[in-house]
Order: sequence, then C-alpha cells, then structure tokens
Amino acid sequence: MDTSKIIFYLLGGFILGMALLAVTEKKIFRSAIWLLFALIGIAGLYFWMALEFIAAVQIIVYVGGIVVLIIFSVFLTHQAEDDMPKTGLSRKIAAGLAVISGAAFTIQLFLNNDFNLSAIPFDSDVARIGTAMLETGDGGYLLPFEAVSMLLLAAMVGCIVIAIRPEKSEKNDSENPPSFSNPPTRNPEPVEGILY
Amino acid sequence: MNYLQEILVISTALFFIGIYGLLTRRNIIAILMSVELMLNSVNINFVAFNKYLYPNSLDGIFFSIFIITIAAAEVALAIAIVINLYRNHDSVDIDSTTLLKY
Repeated sequence: MDTSKIIFYLLGGFILGMALLAVTEKKIFRSAIWLLFALIGIAGLYFWMALEFIAAVQIIVYVGGIVVLIIFSVFLTHQAEDDMPKTGLSRKIAAGLAVISGAAFTIQLFLNNDFNLSAIPFDSDVARIGTAMLETGDGGYLLPFEAVSMLLLAAMVGCIVIAIRPEKSEKNDSENPPSFSNPPTRNPEPVEGILY
Repeated sequence: MNYLQEILVISTALFFIGIYGLLTRRNIIAILMSVELMLNSVNINFVAFNKYLYPNSLDGIFFSIFIITIAAAEVALAIAIVINLYRNHDSVDIDSTTLLKY
C-alpha cells in the first residue's frame, strides 16, 4: 500500500464523515460548517487526481461562494443556536433503509462492470482547458460558455427581483425620513422593518 | 478494484448521503445543502470518468465546470426564494409552507 493510496483513503473517509455530519447535525449553522469541510475535502480529492484547475474552481465557487451564501441565509432566517425541527424515527429508518439499499445496488452495479481504463495519462494542462473553452470548432465549448454566462446574468437579476422588498411598506420606514410637514403614517407593526 | 471504482464508491456514498439528508430534513436550507452534496458527487463522477476513461477529451471537465456554475446560480436563486418565504411565513420549515395545498 503506497502513500497515494493512503492519502486517497484518508480523503474519502474525511469527505464521507463530514458529509454524514452535515446531514445529521441538529444545529443548522454547524451543519453548514460541516458542509464546508466536506466541500474542501472534495477539492482535496480533485488535487489528488492532479486536476488543479477544477480544485481551484471548487474552492473558489463552492467554498468561497455557495457556503458563504448559505451561511448568510442562515443568519437572515434563523437564530443560529436553535435546533432544527426533528424528524420522526420511523422516517429516519425508512430513509436509511432506502438509501442503503440504493447505494448497495449502485455499488454492486459498477463493481461488476470492468471498465477498460485508458493507458494514456491525462494531460491536465490548464492551457488545454482554456483553449477548448473558447474554441468554436470540434470539442470547443464557446456556445455553452456564452449560454451559461447569460444564465448567470438572468439568475442574478431574478434574485434581485425575487428578494427585493415590496415598495409599499418600505416607503414609510426608510425612504422618507419623518418630517413635521407630513405627519408620519407608519403602520403599527414595524417588526419587519427592524429585521431588514 | 482500480482507482476509478474506488472513486465511484466514494461518490455513490456521497450521493446517497445527500439523498438521506433530502429525505429526513425539514428545513429548506438544510435540504439545499443536501442537494449541494449530490451535485458534488456528480461532479466527482464526471471528472473521474474523463480522467481515467477518456484522457484525450475534456468533456467531463467542462460538464463539471458548468455544473458548478449552475449550482452557484441555483443557490443564489434558492436563497432569494428562502428570504422571501421567511418574510411571508416567518419560518423556513417545509411543513409550514402549505399555501398551495388547498
């Protein structure tokens, strides 16, 4: 058993342990932190496969972006110390059985299939990825690249439209500072305005 | 077992851990985190197949890059929806969002 294999098993155990903690933890903030570690472990697995570019993208986008967004939304919607609502034991057992049988079925499926591995070593040069991403010909990915950039733009505009506060309640609270000439017409339940 | 099969075992386990979270969680943000785990396991699969079976092409790499991008967009939208939901319901548990039920 060589060092590479030991590192691989350590990484795999780390990823699975952190993922298990992330789906079983009671407090949602800790759950988000376990998810963070699981994603870092997956980035480590990409490094182990000598795919530095994907590992860097994984760390930048998932760890730096998505988990931070999730933590933001946890803080906007929860008391981070509260426990999440509990699930019944019967539901947990049913889910566990379904998951274990599904995993066993899938794993035996590909353990019995012998993949004929290619003998050529993979060339993970970043220049190769960059050239292919902006190429229009065979094996080029320019069109999906542009499509996904439009999708990102649309998603960001959509986020703003969905998350923006409706104008009516906002005008009273923040836009017009209370002045003497027009008497304040505050609505009597100002709870929302304080939170956001 | 070769390397590819070992990686596939890990990604399958990760995928089903995500499904377990999806089935047992009652909180929308926690469900979102389970979905992230499942997307990540799919990414590992794409990258591993590309590296070990088709080292001459880059399709798996690009699929995982695009999946990561779309996951980012999806999470941003989901969080906008969650914040809006919290504003309307004062809660992000899926049991309390029964507006369309009747």
